[in-house]
Amino acid sequence: MRHLKLEAAADGFATLILDNADESMNVVSDAFIADMEEATKTIAADEGIKGVILTSAKKAFMAGADLKQLVQGYGKLSKKEAFAFSQRATAMHRAIEQSGKPWVAAINGLALGGGFELALACHYRILVDDPKAVVGLPEVNVGLLPGSGGTVRLGLIAGAKTALDLLLSGRSVGPAEALKLKIVDEVAPADALIDRARAWLSTSPDPVKRWDVKGWVPPQKKGMTVPEDSMGYMMATGSLALKGYNSPAPQAILSSVFEGLQLPFDKALAVEGKYFAKLLTDPIARNIIRTTFISKQAAEKGARRPAGVPKSEVKKVGVLGAGMMGAGIAYVSANAGIEVVLLDRDVPTAEKGKAYSDKVLGKLIEKGKIAQDKADALLARITPTDDFALLEGVDLIVEAVFEDTGIKAETTRKAEAVIPASAVFASNTSTLPISQLAEASQRPDQFIGIHFFSPVDRMGLVEVIMGKQTGREALARALDYIAQLRKTPIVVNDSRGFYTSRVFQMLIHEGAAMLAEGVPAAVIENAAKAVGMPVGPLALLDELTVDLPLKIVDQAIAEEGDRYTPPAGTAVMRRMKDEIKRPSRKEGGGFYDYPEGGKKHLWKGLAEQFPVKAGWDVEELKQRFLYAQAMETARCLEEGVLETAEDADLGSIYGWGFPSWTGGTISYIDTVGIETFVAHADSLAQKYGPRFLPSAWLRDKAAKGESFYPGSEPAPVEELVTA
Amino acid sequence: MEAYIYDHVRTPRGKGRPDGALHEITSVEMVTQLLTALRDRNDLDTSLLDDVIIGMAQPVGEQGGVLARAAVLQAGYAQTVAGQQIHRFCATGLDAVSLIAAQVHSGMIQAGIGGGVESMSRTVMGYDSGAWTSDPKVAFGNYYAPQGIGADIIATLDGITRDDVDQFAVESQRKAANAWENGYFRRSIVPVVDALGEVVLDHDEHMRPGTTVESLAKLKPAFEGFGKAGFEAVAKAKYPEIEDLSYVHHGGNSSGIVDGSGIVLVGSKEFGQKAGLKARGRIRSYANIGSEPTIMLTAPAAVSRKAIKAGGMTDKDIDLWELNEAFASVVLRYQREMNIPDDKINVNGGAIAMGHPLGATGAMILGTVLDELERRDLETGLITLCAANGLGTAAIIERV
Repeated sequence: MRHLKLEAAADGFATLILDNADESMNVVSDAFIADMEEATKTIAADEGIKGVILTSAKKAFMAGADLKQLVQGYGKLSKKEAFAFSQRATAMHRAIEQSGKPWVAAINGLALGGGFELALACHYRILVDDPKAVVGLPEVNVGLLPGSGGTVRLGLIAGAKTALDLLLSGRSVGPAEALKLKIVDEVAPADALIDRARAWLSTSPDPVKRWDVKGWVPPQKKGMTVPEDSMGYMMATGSLALKGYNSPAPQAILSSVFEGLQLPFDKALAVEGKYFAKLLTDPIARNIIRTTFISKQAAEKGARRPAGVPKSEVKKVGVLGAGMMGAGIAYVSANAGIEVVLLDRDVPTAEKGKAYSDKVLGKLIEKGKIAQDKADALLARITPTDDFALLEGVDLIVEAVFEDTGIKAETTRKAEAVIPASAVFASNTSTLPISQLAEASQRPDQFIGIHFFSPVDRMGLVEVIMGKQTGREALARALDYIAQLRKTPIVVNDSRGFYTSRVFQMLIHEGAAMLAEGVPAAVIENAAKAVGMPVGPLALLDELTVDLPLKIVDQAIAEEGDRYTPPAGTAVMRRMKDEIKRPSRKEGGGFYDYPEGGKKHLWKGLAEQFPVKAGWDVEELKQRFLYAQAMETARCLEEGVLETAEDADLGSIYGWGFPSWTGGTISYIDTVGIETFVAHADSLAQKYGPRFLPSAWLRDKAAKGESFYPGSEPAPVEELVTA
Repeated sequence: MEAYIYDHVRTPRGKGRPDGALHEITSVEMVTQLLTALRDRNDLDTSLLDDVIIGMAQPVGEQGGVLARAAVLQAGYAQTVAGQQIHRFCATGLDAVSLIAAQVHSGMIQAGIGGGVESMSRTVMGYDSGAWTSDPKVAFGNYYAPQGIGADIIATLDGITRDDVDQFAVESQRKAANAWENGYFRRSIVPVVDALGEVVLDHDEHMRPGTTVESLAKLKPAFEGFGKAGFEAVAKAKYPEIEDLSYVHHGGNSSGIVDGSGIVLVGSKEFGQKAGLKARGRIRSYANIGSEPTIMLTAPAAVSRKAIKAGGMTDKDIDLWELNEAFASVVLRYQREMNIPDDKINVNGGAIAMGHPLGATGAMILGTVLDELERRDLETGLITLCAANGLGTAAIIERV
């Protein structure tokens, strides 16, 4: 047993200690299960052992399953094999439960997913009284369900209502709430945890669970003849619609609880295992886990950091420009313990930028999320100024001044006159080519793009842009800074709009183009939301103002002239701006009306300006949104703007809210299968234009049967929610 | 073979609440009293009957176990009279009559009674909830939403306003009050008596004559809670043209919750001769259909066309139209779709005023239409109901 330690004691109460030999966190893996199977056998056979205290030698009790192992199941395991896989862990828990000896889980730290399922299999649970010791079953967040008894035992212990609340939200709860919900039996101070466990064992508790007593009747055996129960499931099913129709996990969880509570215990476990197997062999769980967990962690741990460059740390940062972006960057930097010089054209403007931090902190203090002294210290780290001289000694500059090449060039020169020759100079531009901005720099190899997203304190993604001359060291140091901020970096190469802005344009232009085709505005918005976009394209345009995408178009026309084809929604945007004069929310209204104190609603004049025509097909609209963005992403990979599929996927999900069930724009293509994707895109191109036309490069990949991720099996067509 | 209508009776409709006049009367007792009245007023030799089909939307508890057979025996009918229970949600009562008619049409039986019963005060709504609403796999996959959401979807899609539905409701109340005042229902009503033989109810108790648009305006929309809990999202998934669902329905413009029963005596010509009864009308055609299940209330137009076609008729042949007033928007859409003038549909009001005892309503409104055809000396009437999960039933009757 490498991951478990069994310690006997004179009183017959053995302690079984979870202690992963390979990692700092206990996880459910094949090796762990094998150890536990062995330990359970030993314990059952040893007459000297009268009871078991299960605890952990790590800070946490146990995290969930090893997602890296789970994600490999897709495309390799058949449904039957996936079921067998789930049944092994299920049997492990069952063996504990039916060992004939009482087990008490002394939960000394967080217990999530498989960790909490293990605790649920024990006969009694004592949770350490520590706010960090949260318990819960968050599997829904990765497209799965707790498949080794989690839905069944939680339903039986906490009742359907509480169980569904926890399982469908995936939220974890602290000790006080866990006790209130009866999902733990006691809460105890850390130093009393083991004693209390021992005390419970010495009451000679019955090691037979109630569901193993002959004559036990499942709590919802009467099924739908109990109106309160059937009404509860009706309402719960309705609430699933709020989560959208693209994620099978919530539905599987609801069905598992509904069916499980009507069945004998072991049948319920089997039904749960079958639902788990379906999810595990579905591309959606694979997509979510791969991008939002594995690729995200890898990016944060430096997947794209050049090897061999010594680790660096930013102690002092200069933020140039105290507007919305600069203010946010100053806040997140100060929050990471970095000294910030926040510079703007005059001190009041710079101070206004700092006031943003004050505002954010005020809200956090109100919610009790930060102590006053810590907030004060954070604020003290930000120095608002108009004096470039204060930039002396900075390790890194983030320039966030007005998006104008001339202004940026002047700012660059003024800053470089003061800052150390070793400092990295980063521009937060979202549209201007980095290589062009770098022309103003004396040290173009130290010049890089660090593109934050708004609002900076809430958006986790940072797009790092390599100019033509940007060096490896600058990249490494930019990534080190982003790691200090605990954000998720992707690395792209210089090009108009880089990656995220460029592909995001496809979404808003597609929406605007549909309006011109005669698709009702509500349908456009609902179709985008139906595929999982958080906000409809017309609502997005109102927030952005149509000026912004039009500026990009005009710039391209100025640079490329006739060679440039304006994107699909250009005409509609120009009409909104020039003729209809409804450019944005800020300017009084756009595609929507914004009644004072009321809820926004689509502008009634839209149908008159863009007459509705029959014949739209919502499934095709949904497909267009996904395909337009995925196709442009493929072009970014082909052109070398993107270098990895992981960057593409992370950027799309965390940059502009591409739906996570797809795994991101590139995972989406792999999920559909490149060959199918190309075929569908061809037919869209015929109907809607060359933006959907696959390139020779993509056709070649399709012909060769390739995928972007190695060994990526396309999903069987009938299993794709939106193909 | 022709299937003739020889007579029909119904109970008054009591408020479907514990303080309603019929709350102490069991479901089987309501049907028993009707069977007794029908026999006695026609001096009927019950051994001439083959079958009694009584439907209900909740065939469980006291309404379960083939209530028809229990009522047949309780009423002292010949023990050879069979009994059957059917369930097609709100369409049940009409379907029961059609099924008797179908057996007569086929020549397999001579006569029978079809009808329905519902004691909504004594059964709990949701007692018979099934997979379609509550098995997550079924309900989610079929975009299930509660019926009131469907009614509000119709209003949203058709641009029917709160004022429109409230005006419709006021009109239903006015017509029902007028019909009662003038005794149009007198022939069909059998007052319900208690254990002492005292009358507990002799009129429709749910009506609120004098209802105005202003008084209805005070009522809060009934289905917004369901909508916000997730069913508005279901509606939008199914109907992406909906920006925001407009919640216009409430207790005052939806069918009332009531207790009641209605039955119809149907038989062949030969039966009429043997029983010494004169036919009052005949059943010309009947039909069932399924429609889009999320709205679930739009079957009536399609099923009406189907029944009209089955009867070899055209819309013009229909003198009076009767569509159960499940919700105001249901009738408004139907009327627009079928192009029916106000004075030809639901001429004596409907379920918004008098209530909708689910399984019983179909039989009740068939009787209402027959009475009114006689009073106006018209020929043909079409009766239709929408039913849960997208079902719909229609039947066409004519005088002889």
